[in-house]
Amino acid sequence: MSQHHIPLLATMVVFALLYIIAAAQFPAFRRPAIFGNFFSDNAFLGVAAVGMTFVILSGGIDLSVGAIVGMTSILVAVLIQNRHFSPLLAVAVALVIGTTLGAGMGAVIRYFKLPPFLVTLAGMFLARGSGFLISVESVPIKDASYARLSEWSLSLGPVDVPATTFIFVAVLLLGIALAHGTKFGRNVYALGGDDDAANLMGLPVGPTRLRIYAFSGFCSALAGVVYTIYSASGNASAANGLELDAIASVVIGGTLLTGGVGYVAGTLMGVLIFGIIQTYITFLNLSSWWTKIAVGVLLLFFVLIQKVLARPAARTS
Amino acid sequence: MIALALLLLFNLAFTPGFFSVQIKDGHYYGSLIDVLNRAAPVMLLALGMTLVIATKGVDLSVGAVMAISGALAAQLIVRYHSPLAVIIAVPLLVALVCGIWNGILVAVAEIQPIVATLILMVAGRGIAQLITNGLILTFDDRAFQFIGQGHLFRLPFTVTLVGLALLLTAVVTRRTALGLFIESLGNNEAASRYAGLRTTAVKISVYAFCGLCAGLAGLIPVSDIQGADSNNAGLYLEMDAILAVVLGGTSLNGGRFYLVGSLIGALIIQTLTTTILSRGVPSQMTLVVKAIVVLIVCLVQSAEFRATVARVFGREAS
Repeated sequence: MSQHHIPLLATMVVFALLYIIAAAQFPAFRRPAIFGNFFSDNAFLGVAAVGMTFVILSGGIDLSVGAIVGMTSILVAVLIQNRHFSPLLAVAVALVIGTTLGAGMGAVIRYFKLPPFLVTLAGMFLARGSGFLISVESVPIKDASYARLSEWSLSLGPVDVPATTFIFVAVLLLGIALAHGTKFGRNVYALGGDDDAANLMGLPVGPTRLRIYAFSGFCSALAGVVYTIYSASGNASAANGLELDAIASVVIGGTLLTGGVGYVAGTLMGVLIFGIIQTYITFLNLSSWWTKIAVGVLLLFFVLIQKVLARPAARTS
Repeated sequence: MIALALLLLFNLAFTPGFFSVQIKDGHYYGSLIDVLNRAAPVMLLALGMTLVIATKGVDLSVGAVMAISGALAAQLIVRYHSPLAVIIAVPLLVALVCGIWNGILVAVAEIQPIVATLILMVAGRGIAQLITNGLILTFDDRAFQFIGQGHLFRLPFTVTLVGLALLLTAVVTRRTALGLFIESLGNNEAASRYAGLRTTAVKISVYAFCGLCAGLAGLIPVSDIQGADSNNAGLYLEMDAILAVVLGGTSLNGGRFYLVGSLIGALIIQTLTTTILSRGVPSQMTLVVKAIVVLIVCLVQSAEFRATVARVFGREAS
């Protein structure tokens, strides 16, 4: 086992420990349905976090994630409800806009060599502002087929799996396949490992960087769609601060923020930890702001683990 | 600088009454004064942020620290009826500790600044909620109200506050070697360390100062509206502060800083907001306009962009 697996393993141990503690305390916690909720309640966070994983693996950061979720959710709702688009078309439009916005940010980062932090900050303002321009009020989606999709779920034994969970799992599998089975994925890791070296090796650094942000934009837009299915409405101020939750999930999942090291599967663990903390805190009857403090503490814990592990590696290189 | 001048010119031409400053009840009134007053919290944040960015760092936690400081002040008034000195000193002290905490994570644990301060950004707002018990605390305290609503020298007191903070920061960084230390650290950390610079101490003090500024900035809105809302206090202000610093000409790559530039950057952001509002444009446009401004400023800072422009316009631009 390589050293790079240790943070991922630590995440699993923390998850297992939390689950055991919670299950010992509350018998209801052992219900499989609760486990299913970890996925369905955080599906939009998970979808966005898969895109963020690629960005962070490449050594970048994307602050526009939450704003794009808000913008696409209100866009889909307004298109269906006020403009009478068919749901499929509305979703397609949202996905194209999200991907284009991501690609645009990627292009600025690529061609003008600007820090991703600033460019995606501008993207965040742009997306959030555009969302509010579409509609300040939250818009419910009353379309019959959309409502059916919102309520639909597949019974898998004791667990009812809603559509949002399927989308999350599909994006997760796509992410894993992209990261470990394609040239694109290999380039992402190379980019995060050492930008200059990747360039010297003749890897397509520029195009890869552009595609990474386009993919993150796509994931965020899809997360916005998942949000509309989950809540049967669109809201321009939805997912406020989601980018930070996504970054936290990725880091807790063992991906190094300096890039080059990490797994998409780790991000799943990060999202599940989010879910278990939220549910446990609800069971304990504590206020939801404890979630933020717990996530902050976990974030610190995992960053320190990574630091301790990275130190001997840095010394040998 | 040019951006602010252009914005002011725009207002001179198109917004009647923007420049008229009147004296009412012995104070100056008018849009310009209003901009100064409203920009005060971001100006304070930008001061601290400038020094942090000069060391090649960034502090994402300032908004959360503002919320903590405001929540503490409100709780001290509501629950403990503390004297004014305590209401001001305790939040500032806690904000200082927050800054030192960030500094230790960055300088001693050697965590990247974005991640190190992200931790307090995520947890800080939760801590602020914990202090106020998740409630929006309101109170009535005349003495404390002076910070946000009082006037001194016929100007809002906040202006004096920012002026004092600027003066103090400028004297400490420009009249002592500290400013030089900060810039050398941002330029080349390893070289600075080999030159005998105590980089750890410099870094911690820079983050501590940034925390202190955030703590002070957090008191202003609480005093102004006589209430603390932990959910929304300082929300996204870290982004505005970073934007103000970058607008002011300090590069995110560190090494050089312009204190007055950052304050002007904060004023540009506020003028922009005020202009948009006074022109009757829906306030939602503010974010879109902000995005465009960030993009333009970024592009102007990019050597590649300047090269492209030079190529397109031939000799004209070169």
